[in-house]
Amino acid sequence: MSEMSPSAPAPSTPSHSFTRQAEPVLEIRGLNVDYGFGTEAVHAVVDCDLVLRRGQVLGLAGESGSGKSTLSMAAIRLLRSPGVITGGEVLFHPRPVEGESSGATIDLLRADEAALRRVRWSEISVVFQSALNALNPVITIGAQFDDLLKVHRPHLSSAQRWDRGVELLEMVGMTGDRLRSYSHELSGGMRQRAMIAMALALEPQVMILDEPTTALDVVTQREILEELMGLRDRLGFAALFITHDLSLLVELADEIVVMYAGRLMERAPAASLFRAPRVPYTYGLLHCFPPMHGERKPMEGIPGSPPDLRALPSGCSFHPRCPWAMERCRKETPVLTRIDASGREAACWLHSDGATVPTELAVADPGDRGLSAATRRVAR
Amino acid sequence: MSITAQQAATPPVSVTPVLEGRGLTKYFSVKHGRGLFAGTARLFAVDDVTIALAAGTVTALVGESGSGKTTVARMLAKIINPDGGEVRLDGKPVPHGRPRSYARQVQMVFQDPFASLNPIHRISYNLVRPLTIHHLGGDDVNEAVEELLRRVALEPPQQFTRKFPHELSGGQRQRVAIARALSVRPRVLLADEPVSMLDVSIRLGILNLLADLRDRDRLAILYVTHDIASARYLADTIVVMYAGQVVETAPSTRLTDYPAHPYTQLLLSAAPDPDRAEPPSLAGSGAPPSLITPPSGCRFHPRCPHAMAICSTTAPPSVTVGPGHASNCWLHVDSSRRVPDNPEVVAAKASSTSMRPSAAPPK
Ligand SMILES: Nc1ncnc2c1ncn2[C@@H]1O[C@H](COP(=O)(O)OP(=O)(O)OP(=O)(O)O)[C@@H](O)[C@H]1O
Ligand SMILES: Nc1ncnc2c1ncn2[C@@H]1O[C@H](COP(=O)(O)OP(=O)(O)OP(=O)(O)O)[C@@H](O)[C@H]1O
Ligand code: SF4
Ligand code: SF4
Ligand SMILES: [Mg+2]
Ligand SMILES: [Mg+2]
Repeated sequence: MSEMSPSAPAPSTPSHSFTRQAEPVLEIRGLNVDYGFGTEAVHAVVDCDLVLRRGQVLGLAGESGSGKSTLSMAAIRLLRSPGVITGGEVLFHPRPVEGESSGATIDLLRADEAALRRVRWSEISVVFQSALNALNPVITIGAQFDDLLKVHRPHLSSAQRWDRGVELLEMVGMTGDRLRSYSHELSGGMRQRAMIAMALALEPQVMILDEPTTALDVVTQREILEELMGLRDRLGFAALFITHDLSLLVELADEIVVMYAGRLMERAPAASLFRAPRVPYTYGLLHCFPPMHGERKPMEGIPGSPPDLRALPSGCSFHPRCPWAMERCRKETPVLTRIDASGREAACWLHSDGATVPTELAVADPGDRGLSAATRRVAR
Repeated sequence: MSITAQQAATPPVSVTPVLEGRGLTKYFSVKHGRGLFAGTARLFAVDDVTIALAAGTVTALVGESGSGKTTVARMLAKIINPDGGEVRLDGKPVPHGRPRSYARQVQMVFQDPFASLNPIHRISYNLVRPLTIHHLGGDDVNEAVEELLRRVALEPPQQFTRKFPHELSGGQRQRVAIARALSVRPRVLLADEPVSMLDVSIRLGILNLLADLRDRDRLAILYVTHDIASARYLADTIVVMYAGQVVETAPSTRLTDYPAHPYTQLLLSAAPDPDRAEPPSLAGSGAPPSLITPPSGCRFHPRCPHAMAICSTTAPPSVTVGPGHASNCWLHVDSSRRVPDNPEVVAAKASSTSMRPSAAPPK
């Protein structure tokens, strides 16, 4: 894990070309997750591979029930029963310790509870969609910071822990006096901010953000996202950002992975995915968000509805809804593979030998000139 | 689909709207304070809202959570009674209560399609029931049910009549809920966040269905949403609410292309927009105010980047800033006339034609 030369820029440098080369901090390989056992089992995540690189914002997009939360919760072993991980590995590469070229890689799926406890929260933290479930309702926000820091930062005095709490709240745009509040006394937006502050408390290398702003109004959402991205630039953590709102992700992420019915359909830099999708589902999903400018045109969305995992269509699960479905699509399941020299990946038979790629899915890739979210931030 | 055609059309000016709310006001009694100071207080959920729904048009009501959108829709449906103002159908005040003929003509569609469907009965029963209540069945009830299912694009209809609501997908369920509303041949549909609970890929299908009902059946439709992009797509007119009040009304593309009110500008600057050339700079900040002790003057003034002295003392008038375009903001009033309670301002609704605060006449 030492491809990164000593002279490489610090991981926090938010440059688009860099984030693509940065070394992986979390690697998910061949992950499979079922709900239930035996013939009753529902395959919620099938053969998923994901690489999150240092300092990168990786977006995971997909409709409700596609398996986004299952994938991320399984990766850090927070999956609730009847969820079972049936295969794969999740490699976490800790930040190299001084004097060594790399830290000791841990496979989270095989780690014991003690090792998991060391990694969770301090190295990989999570912000859930509903902060209500995540914040303790009976103690103040300050007491929750205090508990967390007492365990993980034992050298801090009580006063130092309080100061750190104030500092963290201010980082997310709240005032320090909110430490004295109970979660029910905070608005939805403030609760979500407090959750983010809590997730940042131990300076993790990875943050998993599962629909962190979906329940909030657009103005609050935007404020929180701007703060998050600013913090990302400053602190250099990597983020796995999960949402069903692809239009938001395009603005936010460096790279986007699209999930459908438990499988990954496409992976590409955000601008490339937005301007030049390669997979029919991505193309359809992008046409589900009416634009904010220009002439109004009728749009169709995607025909049919997302499948029931208990009765998945054969072959490519998307075939009943796909305008370009071929005979092969009904029988064989495509897997995510590299489809061009630039490293774009798609799971679709249209990109295999002998098939003709429709013009809609063959738009020139804007590449780095496509003004990705990251380069835009740098330009600021 | 006549979304483009609708866009070009100038908004109807002098036609009597099918349904109109005038000066609608609603307050709720809520528990307030703690310990010794506990008591009940009045929460002004909706304050003096006027909104008109014309036949063959979609009016979108947008605003943040808690701004009063649902409360307005429920007053228009007469599910709740206003504490002030009145509801008019065809220009005539509607008597108190909710007469059956009113309920038939003005139908509501909810965010959660389950709310309007009976889960223990099949789809056919769910659709037949309103027909019998309103004596609209006609000779062939089955044919009427199938026709309804066809109208909401559930085809072939025979495939759906025998099913239970839970056997349908979310989008299909919402279509049945709309079919149920249509069964009594209403003239007005009040749709409260009809797609928010649905998957992204099937939302447009429902919005297009509403567009069809507007164009083919000339329904007057209220589309309540917090998603301004979908409002722009579907609606002819967008009405923006803030803290219980209407702050801006305009033809929909005009509203999104040339927002006049600072709050609308804030909403638009925050909305997801992958086409944005530059990172958004939020036009303001902060959260909506308390409705128990709303800010004095303009309710937006604590968050407004353009706030002036008068904004914190006196509510701004509604100013016509363009065709069919009104905005409640002092920036549209010539500085010499920005006087509290100036009857001239209120009466003339000001003559300024500026549309954006940045283009407002200099002080
Ligand atoms: N406890 C459970 N038991 C059985 N099936 C489950 C359970 N939890 C989730 N599932 C199924 O697993 C699939 C994936 O669910 P998951 O919550 O990961 O989706 P998601 O992409 O996060 O959706 P959303 O956008 O709604 O959060 C769904 O089809 C769901 O029905
Ligand atoms: N029955 C009620 N009792 C007390 N307060 C209420 C009641 N109904 C609504 N409110 C309050 O009135 C205000 C307006 O609520 P309303 O539901 O109309 O808002 P909304 O714009 O529809 O919000 P959302 O987008 O969250 O649906 C809110 O502050 C709400 O808490
Ligand atoms: S594999 Fe076939 S059905 Fe699936 S997305 Fe590609 S073309 Fe469509
Ligand atoms: S009236 Fe004043 S505070 Fe209100 S929106 Fe206009 S400028 Fe801002
Ligand atoms: Mg989820
Ligand atoms: Mg509502």
